[in-house]
Amino acid sequence: MTLHRLFPLRLRQTVTQVRLLHGSGCGHQLEEVAMEPELRKETSVFRTQVNDPACQSERHLGQYYTLPTSHLHTIFPHGLPARYQQQVKTFNEGCVMVRQPPAVRYLLCILHQEGNDLYVSKRPVLLTLTGWVDGLKGSGKTMSLCHTIHYCSTQGWLVLHIPDAHLWVKNCKELLPSSYHTSRFDQPIEASNWLRNFRTTNERFLSKIKLRQRYTWTKRESTEKGSPLGELVDMGVSRVKSSSDVVGAVLKELRLQAAETEESEGFRLAVAIDGVNSLWGRTTIKKEDKSPVAPEELTLIHNLRKMIDNNWCGGAVIATLSQTGSLYSPSSAYLPKELLGEEGFDSMDPFIPVPVSNYSEKEFESCYLYYLDRHWLQHPHSKTDEGKKEIIFLSNRNPSVLERLCAFL
Amino acid sequence: MAASTGRTVGSILLKCGTRCGSLNKTSYNFTRQVLSRQLCVSSALHRKNLAAAGPEKFSEEFIKKQVEEYNIGKRHLANIMGEDPETFTQQDIDRSIAYLFPSGLFDKRARPLMKHPDEIFPKQQAVQWGADGRPFHFLFYTGKQSYYSLMHDTVAKVLAAEKQQVLLLSEGPVPQDTKPISLVGSRWLLKEELEELLVETISDHDYARFIQLMERLLSLPNCLSEKDFVQRYRKQLEIQSSKQQVAPLQYDENGVAYSTADGRRKTATCTVLLRDCGSGSISINGRDYLHYFPVLQDREQLMFPFHFLDMLGRFDGQCTVGGGGRSSQAGALRLAISRAMLSFLSEGQVESMRQAGLLTPDPRVKERKKPGQEGARRKFTWKKR
Repeated sequence: MTLHRLFPLRLRQTVTQVRLLHGSGCGHQLEEVAMEPELRKETSVFRTQVNDPACQSERHLGQYYTLPTSHLHTIFPHGLPARYQQQVKTFNEGCVMVRQPPAVRYLLCILHQEGNDLYVSKRPVLLTLTGWVDGLKGSGKTMSLCHTIHYCSTQGWLVLHIPDAHLWVKNCKELLPSSYHTSRFDQPIEASNWLRNFRTTNERFLSKIKLRQRYTWTKRESTEKGSPLGELVDMGVSRVKSSSDVVGAVLKELRLQAAETEESEGFRLAVAIDGVNSLWGRTTIKKEDKSPVAPEELTLIHNLRKMIDNNWCGGAVIATLSQTGSLYSPSSAYLPKELLGEEGFDSMDPFIPVPVSNYSEKEFESCYLYYLDRHWLQHPHSKTDEGKKEIIFLSNRNPSVLERLCAFL
Repeated sequence: MAASTGRTVGSILLKCGTRCGSLNKTSYNFTRQVLSRQLCVSSALHRKNLAAAGPEKFSEEFIKKQVEEYNIGKRHLANIMGEDPETFTQQDIDRSIAYLFPSGLFDKRARPLMKHPDEIFPKQQAVQWGADGRPFHFLFYTGKQSYYSLMHDTVAKVLAAEKQQVLLLSEGPVPQDTKPISLVGSRWLLKEELEELLVETISDHDYARFIQLMERLLSLPNCLSEKDFVQRYRKQLEIQSSKQQVAPLQYDENGVAYSTADGRRKTATCTVLLRDCGSGSISINGRDYLHYFPVLQDREQLMFPFHFLDMLGRFDGQCTVGGGGRSSQAGALRLAISRAMLSFLSEGQVESMRQAGLLTPDPRVKERKKPGQEGARRKFTWKKR
């Protein structure tokens, strides 16, 4: 509420500035538009200048920070939700709210407690973002995950981001029997897509990491021991047929090296999986004889499960549990146990649940002001107190519903 | 009444010279059928009489007989139902008819009924001419004598009022304290009501002229003396919301006020418990309302009562709803919430809520499917062969 009381004075300044700018002819508009954000940033309470997630503290809760455009393309070539991407395009900037409770903070806490033990401990840190009360959808799990990823990558971690694991267990266009293991199935399109995105995200690591093993793909083709990881990835992208196995090899290499490069200038590994419950669910993919494929029969899923196993260290697994998009799960399910199932829960077991709930009052205020600032709320009523109450009631402070409500057209 | 009719008709016949005058004495035995047979003798006479007599009439004997039959039937019915015939009232009759002749017909008017003949047969005008065949009223030959006499009286009053004003003006300065008749809370009689009052059919044009004249009378400064006359043609409107029953507020052990109400729409029924001093959280069947109603329109329905009175975020709601689809559930909840809110409101707010239609139940229900058609109205696709 204090935020709200603070605001009217400041907004008025901003508005007059904008009006002045619009009044002063069209010729200089481009320059002015460039100037405008600078002016606004200084006067706004809902924005923070701290664009580095590592430096954000409790003080910045509920405030927006700007994702640099370069980061948008390198870190999130595929990871952002579709509606957020649209919003970025509309607003011409990517702003992310520092949510309460911040997943980054959890991660920092754990790192702080364990210190360098991260490498020594026999398992990766498992963080799971879950919906909280009443299993609300659209409470911002994926955006929290993206925030964490942004933190990890600005800290120089290697990020393995699976934007939506649910997509790997359904709607598969092309399913090939694996050449490596006859009982498994490859998904070449998904695998090569993922590899391509992986390449853009982790450009700097590709040449640094050397392979520890020799991989033979066909009689003629093989990747030698000691060659850089980039070569392996390029192989996977260009040779679509073996791309699923390449994904497996990449994951294996990363797992091995994350554990061992303790002293040398190594890397930390962040595995971010959206919709981790799909790894233990059922699939809609059918074999030749119309019988359903179990998830462990898919090469990609099989390899991904190994990342969750507790036999490597030196990194963190950040996952979200989402009902949205999952198969054969009741829409009322939201608890980790319900979504993961018995088997999944046991294999995930020592994990730290991070609840992501609806906007708090402060967060809502900040989001509301942000939309007003972007001229996204156009209706004259939306600026009044009544209009705000209406928005609160209709959205019940749910981020996704709020976004849809405001983007009404 | 029928007696006088018979005599009059007889005298007319006599006057026209088509029959002998002996009809006068036997007029008491006349029935409507006999009359009409005799009236057919001369087509010109027939036309003229019908025009004067207005709509179809029932003779007094006929009505009397009907009343007799009704009374006997009532006693029979009481005996059938095993109740005391002396104290058998109209409500008892309705109840037993509904019991003995159960009807699934949708239209209430199509169901069997047994009412007093006064309620069934329309009121009819008394005969307007005397034994000599001359009409009583000087406006008889206008064809709408009561209407025109009403207009005549009104004009006379208007003229009188105008004259009085002229007199006042000539005497001296006009006192400004003349108050117009207050018309708040009443309305003019509708055309149908006026027709019933005058026992005549009048046209839309006639009705418009009447209203115009009345307005003119009211616009005159010293019309206060005519108040009774004007009030005769106005109907008092009762305040609808006073009919609304408002349950008093209840208090739980913490002293927080709460109220409960029911609502229904289509086949959905619900109960709502509203608590004062809340945070605006509403749970429906134990779930959050956002979860229960993913469609925006339903949430808007839910919001309407709160929004209308600007009380968003004041109440906590606990709702149970069952049956129907999502929109009917939302409608039922809207009604129940509005009713539950009444306990917290003042009289004026209740009235404004009623005018906004928040307290009116939606009477629409699904129309039944008909045999031989695809749905309620839609016919099967017609193919030539």
